[in-house]
Amino acid sequence: MVRDMAAEVVVKAERLSFAYPDGREVLKDISLIIERGETVALIGPNGAGKSTFLLHLNGILHSNGFLEVLGKTLSEKNLKWIRARVGLVFQNPDDQLFSPTVFDDVAFGPINMGYSRIQVEEAVQKALESVGMRGFEERAPHHLSLGEKKRVAIATVLSMNPEILAFDEPTSNLDPRSRWSLISLFRALPATKIIATHDLEMVRALCQRAVVIYEGRIVADGHTSIILEDRSLLKTTGLAPDEE
Amino acid sequence: MNHITLDQYCNRDSFIHRLDARTTFLFTLLFIFTVVSSPPGSWLAFVFYFTVISILILVSKLPIGYVLKRSMVIVPFVVVIAIFVPFLREGEIIFSFEIWMIRANITYEGVLVLETVLIKAWLSILSIVWLTSVTKVTSLLRALRRLHFPGVLVMIISFMYRYLFVIVDETLRMKQARDCRSLGGNRLRQLRSIGSIIGTLFVRSYERSERVYYAMVSRRFDGEARMQDSLVLKKVDIVFGVCLFGLIITVALCNIWILRW
Repeated sequence: MVRDMAAEVVVKAERLSFAYPDGREVLKDISLIIERGETVALIGPNGAGKSTFLLHLNGILHSNGFLEVLGKTLSEKNLKWIRARVGLVFQNPDDQLFSPTVFDDVAFGPINMGYSRIQVEEAVQKALESVGMRGFEERAPHHLSLGEKKRVAIATVLSMNPEILAFDEPTSNLDPRSRWSLISLFRALPATKIIATHDLEMVRALCQRAVVIYEGRIVADGHTSIILEDRSLLKTTGLAPDEE
Repeated sequence: MNHITLDQYCNRDSFIHRLDARTTFLFTLLFIFTVVSSPPGSWLAFVFYFTVISILILVSKLPIGYVLKRSMVIVPFVVVIAIFVPFLREGEIIFSFEIWMIRANITYEGVLVLETVLIKAWLSILSIVWLTSVTKVTSLLRALRRLHFPGVLVMIISFMYRYLFVIVDETLRMKQARDCRSLGGNRLRQLRSIGSIIGTLFVRSYERSERVYYAMVSRRFDGEARMQDSLVLKKVDIVFGVCLFGLIITVALCNIWILRW
């Protein structure tokens, strides 16, 4: 890919490999550079290693290899700093929303960051506003629909005002209307976005760049329109049906 | 899916519902403590406590039938635990019979203890039903945190409240899936499938706990349970608190004094 030399690199991974304790290798030699303001899709079939890669971005999983986020090496010392700037939204909102009320959940990050009472209040209001969920503060997460839960889940990281947003399968299980309203919500978010998904329709609508991960390796990286036109690539990586 | 509610009457409006969660919680704690620590046979005091809790329930506009039904939950537990007391206590025998050559004596003291235990348990559960019907679980959690309850404990209760519904939904789904495939079969097989549902539920919850922890850590969780609340002690809280606390403590003291003489 031709890169704009002036653009700031926000994520830089070099030869990242990861194996689970049972020996299963999930990431093999991942090298990737993401620049500020990009919307990058990580596409690949289930179990390709997309989620595992996202978990590396804020140091939940460690591995050998080199990973730099916003110019800082991922290490114990920088962990807090990086976690405040990388917002990770998990696939299942029931995992992301663990508090008894929407307010508590959206306020969780800001409170942990040591914001004052008023700052927390403001951050929560702003985050809920930007996902269109104002007025839901006192609601319990289990009384929300899946689409609403996903929006609140996004608000829980937006309230920390992150520079990088990473989403794991954001559109899974959503009906078409909620899905498209989520996609237009993504468009309005200014942060650098990394979206792990196999929803190719969303990738086409949202991302300029697509990175294909297959069996733990990056097998393609390029402009979305070029990647999504490459039928043989999509077939071998399980993203398109074998017979057409 | 199905939404069971623990606090279905918490959104009613009464002056009790507008009280701070700390007031209602501390009152309930004190109420249970005095009820439980009153000596056996303090009938007068029990009548008084019952009057207090009845008035509170009425003022809170709770449906009486609901409260009574809820409060009956405790009775089987107490009976199972205390049913043998009348036989075991030494004292004045009021009834005696023989089963298979074994002589069983029911004593006056024993019956007294059984009655007292039943009444105490019932009064306590009434106050708990009242508390959970006028205070939202979420406010209660914030109140606990404000009253310096250990953060880990508050978090555990909060997770329990949050995931209870998720787990119930999961169980119902698994039960449905099982019912779709099981064609009768004998008891043993059914039991086995229940066992595997419980096992699966445990493993899934364990895995979920890991993901929840990841979600917490990625939002800068460092082991410290922090909460922000908007609890305010109003004048009415102080008046209500002081009056009822005073009343109950006076009665408890009088009760001990009367019984002693």
